[in-house]
Amino acid sequence: MAIRYHDNPFGKHKPGGPKGRVVIVEDGCKGCGFCVEYCPNDVLVLSSRYNVKGYHPPEVVHPDKCVNCGFCRMICPEFAIYTVAIEPETV
Amino acid sequence: MSVIDELQQAVKNSPRQSPGDEHPMSNFLRMDRIPHIWCPTCGIGTTVNCFAQALERCSIPLDDVAVVSGIGCTGRVAGYVKTDSFHTTHGRAIPFATGLRLGNPKLKVVVFSGDGDLFSIGGNHFNHAARRNLDMTVICVNNFNYAMTGGQVAPTSPTDSVLTTSPYGNFETPFNLPFLAESVGATFVARWTALHIHRVTESMIKALMKPGFSFIEIIAPCPTIFERKNKFGDGLDRLKFYHDNSEIIHGAPTKDVDIGLRNKIIVGEFVDIERPTFIESMNAYLKRRLGSDYDIYEG
Ligand code: SF4
Ligand code: SF4
Repeated sequence: MAIRYHDNPFGKHKPGGPKGRVVIVEDGCKGCGFCVEYCPNDVLVLSSRYNVKGYHPPEVVHPDKCVNCGFCRMICPEFAIYTVAIEPETV
Repeated sequence: MSVIDELQQAVKNSPRQSPGDEHPMSNFLRMDRIPHIWCPTCGIGTTVNCFAQALERCSIPLDDVAVVSGIGCTGRVAGYVKTDSFHTTHGRAIPFATGLRLGNPKLKVVVFSGDGDLFSIGGNHFNHAARRNLDMTVICVNNFNYAMTGGQVAPTSPTDSVLTTSPYGNFETPFNLPFLAESVGATFVARWTALHIHRVTESMIKALMKPGFSFIEIIAPCPTIFERKNKFGDGLDRLKFYHDNSEIIHGAPTKDVDIGLRNKIIVGEFVDIERPTFIESMNAYLKRRLGSDYDIYEG
């Protein structure tokens, strides 16, 4: 009973954690791979495409797993990736 | 089809994500000057991100911040931050910052420069600014060599490191920067690597908020010269090396934190003490000597 109450506090759907949308400025990327290596949720991979400078930019493979922690933005030496908070759905 | 044609074709076909929103740091960075000149996987850009984040979190008005850089790869930082900034001659970032600070004591003065600029060409100035406890924050990105001029041995190059002017290895003893800074009188001394982004940001905030001379050393990869010549791989390999080999010891005695070429790197906040700043000492002393003839200097 208690557990079910915890899942649905006051009969409402429990809101999830923070979510983020990743924005990649592809042509600013120099393909270092820092964001891919250090994303805690493995949201990104290096793509096989080239950008205008001939580097492989990252690509989002698990958009739903992004928790908007901002680590990719902070570690990117090129200021070429950032995330925008997705507002939680209101219930 | 030649390789070049293939490459051009691939670029043409590559779908692009259009950046729909502003970069969150675009208030702090001159986005029109980016992409910057630093090499792929160089760590300097990451430290600039941390600095922008620290400025945002401190909520100091940007008009009250001045960033001064010297010459070198890190010296370019002054050109990329959207505050008042000045790119001085080689080694003279601290003298310029001294004048700025004494002329307008309301400014937050930050010196952002490299190890060669701050400790070799400008070494003397560092000593005296710290001795006088001038109110400024010095951020030193340490990549262990003179990178912009082609990789000569710097006063921070670890013993045994192979560089352009030490093809058989460096036999000199390098500076231990936190020890140096503490012994000449800095009131706040920290060292991190470019991987410790949150801790770097925290230390920058502490340093910006602390009156007196604060010093932060950030060890950053230089894949083009230092890592290549010493076979460390690229910047990412070096970040993994930092991850596996850095040990956080807050308050460690600074004389024990010297860096070997492939040894453990001790990081942390080593010194946090209180001392009267230059302007405070001047006002207190002259007030005592001259009494009512002296007007307290506030800028
Ligand atoms: S914000 Fe965090 S979880 Fe989202 S992509 Fe960046 S590093 Fe990964
Ligand atoms: S030479 Fe080294 S320090 Fe300078 S931009 Fe290139 S990687 Fe960075």
